[in-house]
Amino acid sequence: MSIDIAQFHQVFFEESFEGLEIMESSLLDLEIGQPDSEAINTIFRAAHSIKGGSGTFGFSAIGEFTHVLETLLDEMRNGTRDVTREAVDVLLLAVDSLREMLSAARDGADFDANAVAEVHAKLERQLALGGDQAPAATAPAAPTESAAQPAGAGDWIIAFAPHPNLFATGNDPVRILRELRALGRSEIEADLSQLPDYAEFDPETSYARWTVTLDGSVEERAIREVFEWVEDDADISLTRGADAAAATATQSGADDTAAPVVAAAPDADERRTGEDRRTGDERRSTDRRAGGNTAAASSIRVDIGKVDSLINLVGELVITQSMLGQLDDPQTVDFEKLREGLAQLERNTRELQESVMRIRMLPISFSFNRFPRLVRDLSTKLGKEVELKIVGEQTELDKTVLEKIADPLVHLVRNALDHGIEKPDIRAEAGKPLCGTLTLAARHEGGNIVIEISDDGAGLDAEKLLAKARERGLVGADEVLPEERIHELIFHPGFSTAKELSDVSGRGVGMDVVKRNIKELGGVIELHSTFGAGSTIRIRLPLTLAILDGQLVRVGDQTYIVPLVSIVESLQIDPERVKSVVGAAELYRLRGEYIPIVRLYEVFNIEPQSSALEDGLIVVVEGEGQRAGILIDELLGQQQVVIKSLETNYRKVDGISGATILGDGTVAMIMDAGGLIALNRIQPQSPIPSPKVKAA
Amino acid sequence: MANVLAVDDSASMRQMVSFTLKGAGYDVTEAVDGQDALDKARTGKVDVILTDVNMPNMDGIELIRQLRGLPQYKFTPMLLLTTESGADKKAEGKAAGATGWLVKPFNPDQLLATLSKVLG
Amino acid sequence: MDTSMNAQPIEMGIGDNVSDADQYLTFLLNGEEYGVDILRVQEIKGWMATTQIPNTPEYIRGVMNLRGAIVPIIDLRLRFNMPAIEYTATTVVIVLKVECEAGERTIGFVVDAVSDVYNVSAEQFKAAPDFGSHVHTDFIRALATVDDKMVILLDIDRLVGGDDVLNASGSQH
Repeated sequence: MSIDIAQFHQVFFEESFEGLEIMESSLLDLEIGQPDSEAINTIFRAAHSIKGGSGTFGFSAIGEFTHVLETLLDEMRNGTRDVTREAVDVLLLAVDSLREMLSAARDGADFDANAVAEVHAKLERQLALGGDQAPAATAPAAPTESAAQPAGAGDWIIAFAPHPNLFATGNDPVRILRELRALGRSEIEADLSQLPDYAEFDPETSYARWTVTLDGSVEERAIREVFEWVEDDADISLTRGADAAAATATQSGADDTAAPVVAAAPDADERRTGEDRRTGDERRSTDRRAGGNTAAASSIRVDIGKVDSLINLVGELVITQSMLGQLDDPQTVDFEKLREGLAQLERNTRELQESVMRIRMLPISFSFNRFPRLVRDLSTKLGKEVELKIVGEQTELDKTVLEKIADPLVHLVRNALDHGIEKPDIRAEAGKPLCGTLTLAARHEGGNIVIEISDDGAGLDAEKLLAKARERGLVGADEVLPEERIHELIFHPGFSTAKELSDVSGRGVGMDVVKRNIKELGGVIELHSTFGAGSTIRIRLPLTLAILDGQLVRVGDQTYIVPLVSIVESLQIDPERVKSVVGAAELYRLRGEYIPIVRLYEVFNIEPQSSALEDGLIVVVEGEGQRAGILIDELLGQQQVVIKSLETNYRKVDGISGATILGDGTVAMIMDAGGLIALNRIQPQSPIPSPKVKAA
Repeated sequence: MANVLAVDDSASMRQMVSFTLKGAGYDVTEAVDGQDALDKARTGKVDVILTDVNMPNMDGIELIRQLRGLPQYKFTPMLLLTTESGADKKAEGKAAGATGWLVKPFNPDQLLATLSKVLG
Repeated sequence: MDTSMNAQPIEMGIGDNVSDADQYLTFLLNGEEYGVDILRVQEIKGWMATTQIPNTPEYIRGVMNLRGAIVPIIDLRLRFNMPAIEYTATTVVIVLKVECEAGERTIGFVVDAVSDVYNVSAEQFKAAPDFGSHVHTDFIRALATVDDKMVILLDIDRLVGGDDVLNASGSQH
């Protein structure tokens, strides 16, 4: 029977990556001077599992790499090797290499073999220095010939005398004899001389011995293999028929010369068979990698409690449905019961929705987990001392949001380390503790998750920022900005200089990209900073990507959805506050600020109910850090809508972030505040264009 | 058919072993470490035990030692799943009462061959 | 021209023998008969009101809710620069699966009426003549004669793929 081993690959990859996480975090926590033996054991076992699995499932390169790693760890847990900082550093590099190799194997891609070989060499160097013994002898011992190596081809004469306690190992002499018989033509003679009287007979003791004559063409190695497991629990001698006279008959324990010979050879044979097996796998695995692994379908681990609660809710839904079904009597309409049923339905649907969302949610620790390592490496590289605090790592958020927030978080943390926390000498001068503190915190607030990255570093120098902004023409020479607005300038594209886009923070990855990524997730990012004391970045993200709370609005006969999170307020226009600039742009004075008015019907080319400002309403929205007032005809209700993609079958439309299906089955477009504001700028204000002609 | 207790802290190994054995008609009970295996072995009799060596909460060798102490498992075949560099584990295992071993990495066919050997 | 090579009109049915011939669903547009590969046809719906997409040319009527998916609807008459008409009882939307670079898209096309299903083998193709540079016609797979009628076989992937509006990937400006 041939089994497709590839079906176990995904589990192997998942558990290996988990194992690597455990290894990494345990290595980071390891106290160099007094390592915790349980921790070392855990690290060893993780490496051991990966090694075992990679061999079994045909990833020999990974297996070979892990071998040295495992040996190092084995010595550490035995106490024959010290746990030094250097060793830990090399082990951490090994974890990185393994991650690369496993990812490559999983995705059918390549990995940087040179880099991996370098790390492998470092591991071997570690192995060479320190440690009491030479690396595990992988070189097979020179196979020792049995004293009776045949020159001729006489039959084998095998004497097999199990020790009395052979059964206690779960071995059965009859099985062994059966295996010998299967090797070739044979004759078996039993010697029952040791059998005691019936009265003293102990069924748990082995008394019988056998002499087996076996076809001489059978390989010695095959015979040794049969006895592999029992060589310590039996007296075995192997001789050639031609030399029968020379062979000594074995008695229990009396003959020592035969025993060691028999004992030594199987080890060599075993190693040889082990190697053979390995080459076989190697061949198989290179074939597999050449074929390429299709990327494993994205999967998620779910707490079974969540699944149970889901099942319960569906059960309640079924009950509600049958309750409503009973009201289907054309004669009498029980409005009371109907209303009750609908309320129940609404509750069921809401609870079901929340429950399902929770299934996609994972704790943010999955993302936070990479930071101890990152902070350690980066602070060392920068010559700074930093302590990382993590708060609220069990806070859950949607899996997709989690995946997409990972890179922005990395950038922000790197930034905090690079530009925020100062070098120890500077901190000392400022009277701060030498070790800086970086805190990553997450919590739920309303329907959002709030992530904060705070440091007690240098904070932002508003004066410098303003000067630089003026230099780049982002801010007018005599424009005055409140401090927060100055801080927000760092999110402006083109703000970072070559000096700041250091190798550490990343080239071409600016704060503007971070802000854009967060915006794409439907979130917002704020920055609070005190010069000299530190900064805090606060990110607010919706818990789920698929649903948003929207305000329905009508323009002409078209219904649109404005995301509530974008709306500042809605108001009726006071014509006095409308100002026209250069005869083209219209501005509305709102409490000291001038915001542009967006005539939606113009931007979207639809026929409005009225083009007179006084007849309509303004919905003040905020997007891309800007505000504008959208002119609409009527405010309709508010509701939660499921976001559906326009791009799947059509493409991205400026000013629109997606579509949804309303209760009546029709499609409504969801407005993108920032996009609309941008669109409004590009399109010149013009008199109302002739509306599109519609067919019936 | 015979009942096999498969013990390994690696889920992928357990799955592979389980799948292979079930496909050949064996009944398989899985355990994630030595203690789990001991509890399960006490609850229901199994006919053969396959166990990894390195596991948390009691390793394979200690498991075998403990099982041998139970009267119903005095003569039950117990196999260790060892790696080729663990030669000392074999000796330790034997001392604890192991019947034999299967060297990792092994493939499904080797597993089945060994098992049928041991169960007769 | 070999007029003996006529395609045989057949009844639409599963299990019909189509060895090296393809089946085409044909429809009427402005008095002419067009055909599309039947394997691409997802369904045929009656015309229903669509939701407009802002700032799109006339021939893109908008989007429709198709069992939860948002499907764009294209008026083929307008797309082919034929005179617009009022929709009638026979006006239908043919929903097709279109292959693009990015994958598969579902797009609906408004036509005057559905006609028939024919088997047409590649041997029966006649090349479309060159209509000159002002009419882009690389989306015409071939012409075929069925029952002495000319059927214009369309390559729907090319029709959509060659359309700038449907394939712009970002700002329309």
